[in-house]
Amino acid sequence: MEKSRPLWDNPLQFVFACISYAVGLGNVWRFPYLCQMYGGGIASVVVSFFLSMYYNVINAWAFWYLFHSFQDPLPWASCPLNSNHTGYDEECAKTTSTQYFWYRKTLNISSSIEENGNIQWEQAVCLILAWLVVYLCILRGTESTGKVVYVTASLPYFVLIIYLIRGLTLHGAVNGLIYMFTPKLEQLANPKAWINAATQIFFSLGLGFGSLIAFASYNEPNNNCERHAMIVSLINSTTSIFASIVTFSIYGFKATFNYENCLNKVILMLTNVFDLEEGSLTADNLDSMKDYLTTTYPNEYAELLPQIKNCSLEDELDTAVQGTGLAFIVYSEAIKNMEVSQLYSVLYFIMLLTLGIGSMLGNTAAILTPLTDSKFLSSHLPREVISGIVCFINCIVGLVFTIEAGNYWFDIFNDYAATLSLLLIVLVETIAVCYVYGLRRFEKDLHLMIGHKPNWYWKIMWAFASPVLIISLFIFYLTDYIRSGTLQYQAWDATEGQLVTKDYPSYALAVIGLLVAASTMCIPLGALIIFITKRLKKNVSIRA
Amino acid sequence: MLGVLLLAFSLVTIAHAELCRPDAQNAFKVRLSIKSALGDNAYSWDASEEYLFKAMVAFAMRRYSSKETTQISDVLLCNMTERVSFWFVVTDSSRNVTTVPGSEVEAAIRMNRNRINSAFLLTDKTLQFLKISSTLSPLIEPSVPVWLIVFSVVLCLTVAGIAFLVVSGIWRYKKSNKESVETEDLEDKCDTPVTIENGIPCDILDLKTGQINGVYAADDERFTPL
Repeated sequence: MEKSRPLWDNPLQFVFACISYAVGLGNVWRFPYLCQMYGGGIASVVVSFFLSMYYNVINAWAFWYLFHSFQDPLPWASCPLNSNHTGYDEECAKTTSTQYFWYRKTLNISSSIEENGNIQWEQAVCLILAWLVVYLCILRGTESTGKVVYVTASLPYFVLIIYLIRGLTLHGAVNGLIYMFTPKLEQLANPKAWINAATQIFFSLGLGFGSLIAFASYNEPNNNCERHAMIVSLINSTTSIFASIVTFSIYGFKATFNYENCLNKVILMLTNVFDLEEGSLTADNLDSMKDYLTTTYPNEYAELLPQIKNCSLEDELDTAVQGTGLAFIVYSEAIKNMEVSQLYSVLYFIMLLTLGIGSMLGNTAAILTPLTDSKFLSSHLPREVISGIVCFINCIVGLVFTIEAGNYWFDIFNDYAATLSLLLIVLVETIAVCYVYGLRRFEKDLHLMIGHKPNWYWKIMWAFASPVLIISLFIFYLTDYIRSGTLQYQAWDATEGQLVTKDYPSYALAVIGLLVAASTMCIPLGALIIFITKRLKKNVSIRA
Repeated sequence: MLGVLLLAFSLVTIAHAELCRPDAQNAFKVRLSIKSALGDNAYSWDASEEYLFKAMVAFAMRRYSSKETTQISDVLLCNMTERVSFWFVVTDSSRNVTTVPGSEVEAAIRMNRNRINSAFLLTDKTLQFLKISSTLSPLIEPSVPVWLIVFSVVLCLTVAGIAFLVVSGIWRYKKSNKESVETEDLEDKCDTPVTIENGIPCDILDLKTGQINGVYAADDERFTPL
């Protein structure tokens, strides 16, 4: 009876089979009683766990902005007054009202990562709400998730179309589009640009998170995965381009608006100082008038010179705000200048929310699928309780990001929790499928599933192009980390009203190291543990 | 006679000129931006508008001190520019050739800023009294912040949804439990003609061909190796 069960020749095969399980693609129905989550499996789960810890904070922020969009005027449209009502709040006067709203009202950010501060209760309740919404969606597993993704996948497109129409009709949108489509040839020669592009596609498709695997594991065996893979990649890329068109038209509007504001300020200042007639200085004659004034009143003009800003549309288009603040600061600044800004604001933040919750569903599925598939846990607890516990733990950990220094910790997680480890995971997956499992066997499996063998393009990509690309990306990242020396971060200086660069303290560096190590080390560690346990078992069985 | 008059007149003008000049003590600079405020409806600034301005300042002084002694002629304007900006100073007619202290003028203007602005169809920003800061009006905050209201609505909906799903899940579980208990009882009670092996009723099986167990189908080796 026992002899008909297949046996492994050596423990290494077992390890790599488990890794190939992590790759999935319908192998679930073939090896259902094999490995739980070893090796590559656990690494994906660990990365997804880190991701879900901090990612939902973005949804919390989106909720916060959404709730504040129901006011007239929008709270980030103007600065609040100072205590004796003679002018605007100091910090807000130094920077723009949208940045003030983000850094002071939303985050209440401290001036460095060492100053922890208290938990902001407003952010904390928004985070709890975000987790409750996620729990609501994953409560019933694929039954409910399957329905929710209809909304989370289609709503953003509706909103993007509305924004496309609105965006293209805005004054100055054309400037943004021209900017987007003019290639900067010197940037194309910079390898960093290509690395960022490759990384973007990587994370955008959500590879290596285990989410795709988790989702795929719920598919029928004869599902046409080849067609689905192409469709998903195509849709993803076209959506990116579509979204860029919308974004750049909004950028163009914002840049043109700021540029014209800047020009008007200069004109006003010159008109006031030299008591010129109103309307004599316009945007067109500004330069010639400046020359005229330099010659006629050289002394006063020289005094004034440091205050005259050189307004440039290019500079405005180039201003990139760092990190996640981008989505909130830049868009809210553009929205506040539109008519009916409340409507656009609500639409935009609902879209952000559906996108964020859609991503969260993928992340939590990546964590929960192995947990609910494991016999140990699913026999003791029903699926709802497991999901509840996972959400609860993540929520409690996520409260760390609601303290005053929370955004700095968020940036640490955002930059380091996923990058290197993901590359490694996907590399291992590709090599495992193509070389260890064997491209031939994989071909046969696919033939079984979709009815025809994959053509040579796929085979070349899987076997050669992808590993080479990923290895080169990996090497670039490592050399970049090593070369930049001590890691630095951008801290918000309230007195200056802008970001300043600071060094990370030692304990923050330790956390970064732990994050990267935790996920990358899982694969070799897992393999090692299994190797040792198998060895021990063999020794025991030999002795017995 | 004429000479005396001329002398007196020139003395007064000189005195006035000394009182009202840029950066004089107790003098204030005013700047108007009529075109940017009114666009096409802008009026041109002429002597009549100046007269109105003097009247408004005199009105403000009267209101503030409630003495009713300030005359329009007590307000002096000078250094008119094309910008439309000028300096003005308020003299005290009771005491010869002195100016009213700047603090009083400032307080008077502040108190009546609204009236002065409306007389010229302008705002605090377009009719600027440099050195006199205006009190900005704060935004009206409702007693309960709007965001809390929306937040509570969404929170209640979410919690209700979760509660509903959980309760319906438990109810369904209990129902299926009861049903399986009932079917088991049913089997024990009657001598059922339906035989069940391994959870599969026998009659649906094709007894000739049998069921193929997928686990073993994958196995290439049907026979044990030697």
